Amino acid sequence: MARPPVNAVFILWLRQLKLYFRSRARMIGALGQPTLFLLSLGFGLGPTFARAGRGDYVQFLAPGIVTMGILFTAVFSGIGIIWDRHFGFLKETLVAPVSRLEIVLGRTLGSATVALIQGGIVFLVCVVAGFRPAQPMLLPLALMFMALIAIMGTAIGTAVGSVLQDMQGFPLVMNFIVLPLFFFSSALFPVPDLPAAVRLAVRVNPLSYGVDGLRGALNGGFAFGVATDFAVLAGLAAILLVIGAYLFSKIEV
Amino acid sequence: MTAAIIEARDLVKRFDGFTAVDHISFAVEAGVIFGFLGPNGAGKTTTIKMLTTVLTPSEGRLRVAGHDPVKEPQVVRHAFGIVFQDPSLDGELTAAENMELHGVLYRVPRAERRARIEALLRFVGLWERRDDYVKRFSGGMRRRLEIARALQHRPRILFLDEPTAGLDPQTRNQIWEFIRGLCRDEQVTVFFTTHYMEEAERVADQIAVIDHGRIVAHGTAAALRQETGGRTLEDAFIALTGHSIREADAAPIDRMRRMRQVWLGRR
Repeated sequence: MARPPVNAVFILWLRQLKLYFRSRARMIGALGQPTLFLLSLGFGLGPTFARAGRGDYVQFLAPGIVTMGILFTAVFSGIGIIWDRHFGFLKETLVAPVSRLEIVLGRTLGSATVALIQGGIVFLVCVVAGFRPAQPMLLPLALMFMALIAIMGTAIGTAVGSVLQDMQGFPLVMNFIVLPLFFFSSALFPVPDLPAAVRLAVRVNPLSYGVDGLRGALNGGFAFGVATDFAVLAGLAAILLVIGAYLFSKIEV
Repeated sequence: MTAAIIEARDLVKRFDGFTAVDHISFAVEAGVIFGFLGPNGAGKTTTIKMLTTVLTPSEGRLRVAGHDPVKEPQVVRHAFGIVFQDPSLDGELTAAENMELHGVLYRVPRAERRARIEALLRFVGLWERRDDYVKRFSGGMRRRLEIARALQHRPRILFLDEPTAGLDPQTRNQIWEFIRGLCRDEQVTVFFTTHYMEEAERVADQIAVIDHGRIVAHGTAAALRQETGGRTLEDAFIALTGHSIREADAAPIDRMRRMRQVWLGRR
């Protein structure tokens, strides 16, 4: 029997995309938060930022906001696992003659693609708000960093979604994992002027390398170096993927 | 015994010290409709989960379609179709998409998939509704779709865990008509559980009654009635399992299901 495993991965990937495009409420809802941050912080703190001699704040902030859009969408894809688990669909996939690895790969790649698309839309919102990529030639590099952030976030979501029994746990994840990752990254402020403790937090936060990679590709100038950004992000995404896949394979229904 | 398509020997499942299934043995011959009855928490669903590779037995031996579900889960999974006690469709996909996804996961070749999906959806009366989202379907329509889906890859065994729970009598009758018609045409062995004794009496060729994780009776409905002196299978069931009411702990999943019912109304 011919058994191309790609088919199972593909059909589950496709399902994630279909669910995304069919739920406009979700699409728009996930857009609201980054847009709010961009408008309020970007235009609210913009004059102060400029007076401090740091230039255009919207220009500085945009890569951080794109990162936010990707990260939040990606991590929240983990809710889908809990949802599918409780409302039954997960069982249909778990008794099918395909390996758990194929299932988790299809789901994760699908959710990462969705997060990437969401990041692209946030990027367009930023452009409308006045953001201009300094080096259009480096857009493919920016896209690669966006994809890595998406995979990293989705892997976190998969791990969390596989472990949690019900939805009540998710706000906890939001408050103790996602928001700290975001706020203690270089998404909102320049790193060099920070107090030592905060600077340390930013340096050990893997998301900072995603923000730095994306900001470097879009605005020019990598604080940590493009190779470091890539190595940290790709390495961590790989490790988190393995953890997420492992925890998913332990789900009992 | 030679024609047994499902065989369990001294099957045991323990959860943290609690024994859900306690040394049960039974055999199901190929081609029969086998009713597996018991009060809530008796071990029915746990047994089905072990037969269908979802749970690993703590002890004992299992053969499903000639293979061991623990050692060769993928082979066994190809050999059965299952309709779970809880719905397992994706409401955000259409009926046809749910069927298509199943066909791809079970590696039904494309041309055959198309033909099977059309034939099965026509049989259960959902072909005209194939492009509608499943979330808009009634409970009975969902059940019919799940049965059609479970048969798509031509399994040799069909597991049905309370396939008619929560449905009105008209829909229940209709569901059983579909099951019997399909299983006759497709030569499938059926292993089902139910709480409706008159259904089991009418449909099942063979019945096993499980209580407190042990099989307390095994035979045809007529034989069970005779054995217990009951007038109906329900009398026999009560005689075998007693009058006490079983309380199962509400798992998080039950709470969630209640929550969803409040949001979405009737399943």
